[in-house]
Amino acid sequence: MVMTTAPGRLATHALSRFGFGAGPGDLDRVKADPRGWVDSQLSPRPLPAVLADHQGSAPRISEMAAARKAKGEAEEMAKKQARERYRADIAIRTRLAATSDTPFQERLVQFWSNHFTVSTQRPIIAPLGLAYENEAIRPHILGTFRDMARAAILHPSMLIYLDNAQSIGPDSTAGQKRDKGLNENLGREALELHLLGVDGGYHQDDVRAMALILTGWTLDEERGTADFNPRRHQPGEKILLGQRIPESGVSEAAAAIDLLCAHPATAHHVAQKLARHFIADDPPPATVTALAKSFRDSNGDLTHVMRTLVRLDAAWAQPLAKMRSPNDFVIATLRASAVEVADDRLVNALSLLGQMPFAAPSPAGWPDRAADWTGPDAILRRIDWSLAFGQRVGSRVDARTLLDTALGDLADDGLRQAVARAPSPAEALALALSSPAFQRR
Amino acid sequence: MLHRRYFIATAGAAGLLAASAPRLSLAAAGTDRRLILIVLRGAMDGLGAVVPYADPDYRSVRGPLALAEPGQEGGVLDLDGRFGLHPALSSLHDWWGQQQLLAVHAIATPYRDRSHFDAQDLLDTGGVRAGDDTGWLNRALARLGDGGKGLGLSLGQGVPLVLRGPVPVASWAPSPLPEPSMDFMDRIAGLYSNDPVLGPALMAGLGVADMANGMDGNKKREGGKDRLVLAETAGRMLSDPAGPRIATLELPGWDTHVGQGTVQGRLPSALGQLAETMVTLRAAMESVWDQTLIAVVTEFGRTIRPNGTGGTDHGTAGVALLAGGAVAGGRVLGEWPTLREDKLYEGRDLAPTTDMRALLKGVLAGHLGMPATEIDRFVFPDGKAVRALPELVKA
Repeated sequence: MVMTTAPGRLATHALSRFGFGAGPGDLDRVKADPRGWVDSQLSPRPLPAVLADHQGSAPRISEMAAARKAKGEAEEMAKKQARERYRADIAIRTRLAATSDTPFQERLVQFWSNHFTVSTQRPIIAPLGLAYENEAIRPHILGTFRDMARAAILHPSMLIYLDNAQSIGPDSTAGQKRDKGLNENLGREALELHLLGVDGGYHQDDVRAMALILTGWTLDEERGTADFNPRRHQPGEKILLGQRIPESGVSEAAAAIDLLCAHPATAHHVAQKLARHFIADDPPPATVTALAKSFRDSNGDLTHVMRTLVRLDAAWAQPLAKMRSPNDFVIATLRASAVEVADDRLVNALSLLGQMPFAAPSPAGWPDRAADWTGPDAILRRIDWSLAFGQRVGSRVDARTLLDTALGDLADDGLRQAVARAPSPAEALALALSSPAFQRR
Repeated sequence: MLHRRYFIATAGAAGLLAASAPRLSLAAAGTDRRLILIVLRGAMDGLGAVVPYADPDYRSVRGPLALAEPGQEGGVLDLDGRFGLHPALSSLHDWWGQQQLLAVHAIATPYRDRSHFDAQDLLDTGGVRAGDDTGWLNRALARLGDGGKGLGLSLGQGVPLVLRGPVPVASWAPSPLPEPSMDFMDRIAGLYSNDPVLGPALMAGLGVADMANGMDGNKKREGGKDRLVLAETAGRMLSDPAGPRIATLELPGWDTHVGQGTVQGRLPSALGQLAETMVTLRAAMESVWDQTLIAVVTEFGRTIRPNGTGGTDHGTAGVALLAGGAVAGGRVLGEWPTLREDKLYEGRDLAPTTDMRALLKGVLAGHLGMPATEIDRFVFPDGKAVRALPELVKA
C-alpha cells in the first residue's frame, strides 16, 4: 500500500509524476505533504508574468497576412521573424515549466495542448503555437472541457492547421458562386481526436455533418482572429450522431461541440488519455472508469476530474511507470540542474532529441507510450546529449548534490556509486541525467 | 571510430549482450535478401501517384486535379497504356523501363473507416483490429536466421510499430552530437543492465551506431538533407554482408487536404522526395541491388474527387509500389475496379480489390523465402484466408 512509503520517496514521486521532477529545494518543500502539494495546484493561479507580456495570436496572424500580400522582401522578413519567434516561444515555454511553482499546472497545459494539437507541419503555425496554448488551453485547464474544446477547435490556429479556414458549404452563397467547397479535415479530427475518440460510434455521415456545421468558421486576416462568415456556411439542418442540429449559423458549432462533449464516448476518450499520461502506458481499467465517471458526473469540470485523478491509488503506485518524453527530460534537466542555458541551446536540445514543441507529426499529437520514445537511437541520443550538457555545465553542478535534490531516495546505491566514481564532473552529471531513475516520471 | 563496436565485444553486461548481435555472418542472417519498407504516413493519393489516365471517367472525377496525358507538357509517364506515373516520379519511370518497378492498384488493408491512426495501426500490426502491440515485420524477423537478431533496422530515432515486438531491432538517424568514449558507455551500460526498457534499447543502438560511424565518416547534417544522409548511410549499412537485412523508413507529408496540386503542390513535392530517397538508396546499395526489394505502402487512399479546397480527403483503396533489383517489375497488378460511379466504394472512394496482406505475404514468401505456413501462423494469423500475390520477385 501507498501509505507505507517513506515520505521522501512520496515527495519525489509527486514531483515527478505530476510535475517535471525536483529542482533544488523542491523535495524539502514538498516532503511534509506531497498529496497536499499536488492538491493545492488545483486552484487557478494568476497568469505567469512572462505570458502576460506575450504577444497574442491576432497581431501575429494579421502581420503575416499583410506580409504575404506585400510579397517580396516583406514576406521574406516575416518568415524569418516567424522562425525567430517560434524559437523564442519554445524557450519561454520550456523555462516556464522548469521554474514554475505549480509544475502540475504546466503539465496540464502541455497535456491539453497536445490533446488539441496544432503543429508546425503547417509552417505558418510556428509563431502561433504558444499564443494558441495561452489563449485556448491555459485558461481552461481547471475549467470545463467544453469551454476548452470550443476555444481550441474554433481558435484561428486550429482553423488554419486543419484547413477549416478554407472550407466552404457547397450550398452556401459563397459555395454556389465559386468552384470551392467542403474540407472534412477539422470535422473528422474533432470527432476522432478531440472529442469522441476513434471508437466513439460515429460514421462518415457524422464526419461530413460536423464539417458542414463548421463551415463559415474562417479567418479575419486583417484582425487576425477567427470569424464566422455566414456566406460560407452550409445552410439547413444537420444530423449529428442522430441528433438534429437546427440551422443556426454561428451558433451551430458550439451546439455541436456541447453535444459531443456530453457524449459518454468523449468522457471515456479523455479519461483514457489522462490515465495513460499520468498513470501508466496501459493504465488499470478501473482508473479509466473512475475518471470517465468523474467527467460525466461533473459535466466535464476539469478541476473535479483532476481531483479524482490525484486521489486514485494507482496515481501513487510505485515505482514510477512512465518514461519521460524528450520534452519532459529536457525540462526536468533544466529544473534539476538549475543552470542558465542559452535559448538556442535549449531549443536545439529539443530538436535533437526529436520533440520540438508544437511540431507533432500529426493532428493526434505526440504519442504517449514508452515504446514511442525509446528507440535505440533515441536512447543513445539522450545519452550523447547528457554528456554534451555535462561538458558544458558539469563544473557548475555537483552531480552528487543533484542526486540528492532531484532524485532523493530514488537514487539507489548503484547509481550513487557510479556517479561518485565518474572520472569527471561532466561524466558524473551525464550519468545522473541518463540514469533509469531520472528517465522516468 | 570503433568505440561502440569495441564496447559491444567487451562489455561485461552479459545479460544485455545477448540482446544484440551487431555483426553476423551470412549463415546467421539466414538470407542475403534486403527488404526496405517505406511507410508513407498520412495517406498517399493513389490516383495521383499511379494515374489511371485511360479510365474513361478519370478526367471528369478528378477535375482540376487531373494530370495531362502522356506526351503532353506535365503529362503522366506511361506505364502500360492504362496507368501512368506522376511526373515527379520520373526517376522511378526509368526503373519501370528496367523492369524494377511494380505497382499494385486498388489495394487496401482490411480497415474500412477513415482514421489515419487506426489505419496506420492496422497497416503496422497486420491485424484486423487496432490495439495490437507487435508489428508484422517484427514477427517476420523472428522467423529469419537466428531469431532475427541483428537483422532489423529502423531508420529514424524511434522504432515504428510495424517493426516493434519481441525481436530486438536497431534504430539510427544522423546526429551532430559527439560520440561519448567507450569508457563512458561502459558506465552507462552498468546503470542500464537491469532496466527492461533502456538496457535492450542501448544494446541495439550501439551496434548500429558503430556501423554508421564506420561508413559515415565525418559526414554530418547538411541543411535540410538529413533525409538523404539517412538514406545513403542506411543503404551502405544494408549493403554490408554483416549488416541488417530489413529496414523501415517513414516519410511524412501525404495528408493533402489542401493544395495537393498537379505538377506543383504538396503531392508532387512529397512524391519527389520519395523518388529522391529511393534513388539515393539504390546508389548506396549497388552491390546488393539484385537482392533488394523496396516496398512502399500507405494507410489508405484518398477521395476520388477533389474536395472543396484543392485537395482530397480520406479515402479507401490506394496504391503500393515494389521496387528494386529483385522485383519482377514492369507490371501494374490488381484488378482495376474503375472509377465508374456505381463501382466506387461508398460513392466516394476507389473500391479495394487487393488486400494489403496479399502483397505483404507475397513479399515475405517470394523475397525472403518464408514458408506459407509460417507466414500464416506467426506473421498474419488473421489473414490466413488472404492469398499471397505470387511471382512478385525475379525467379
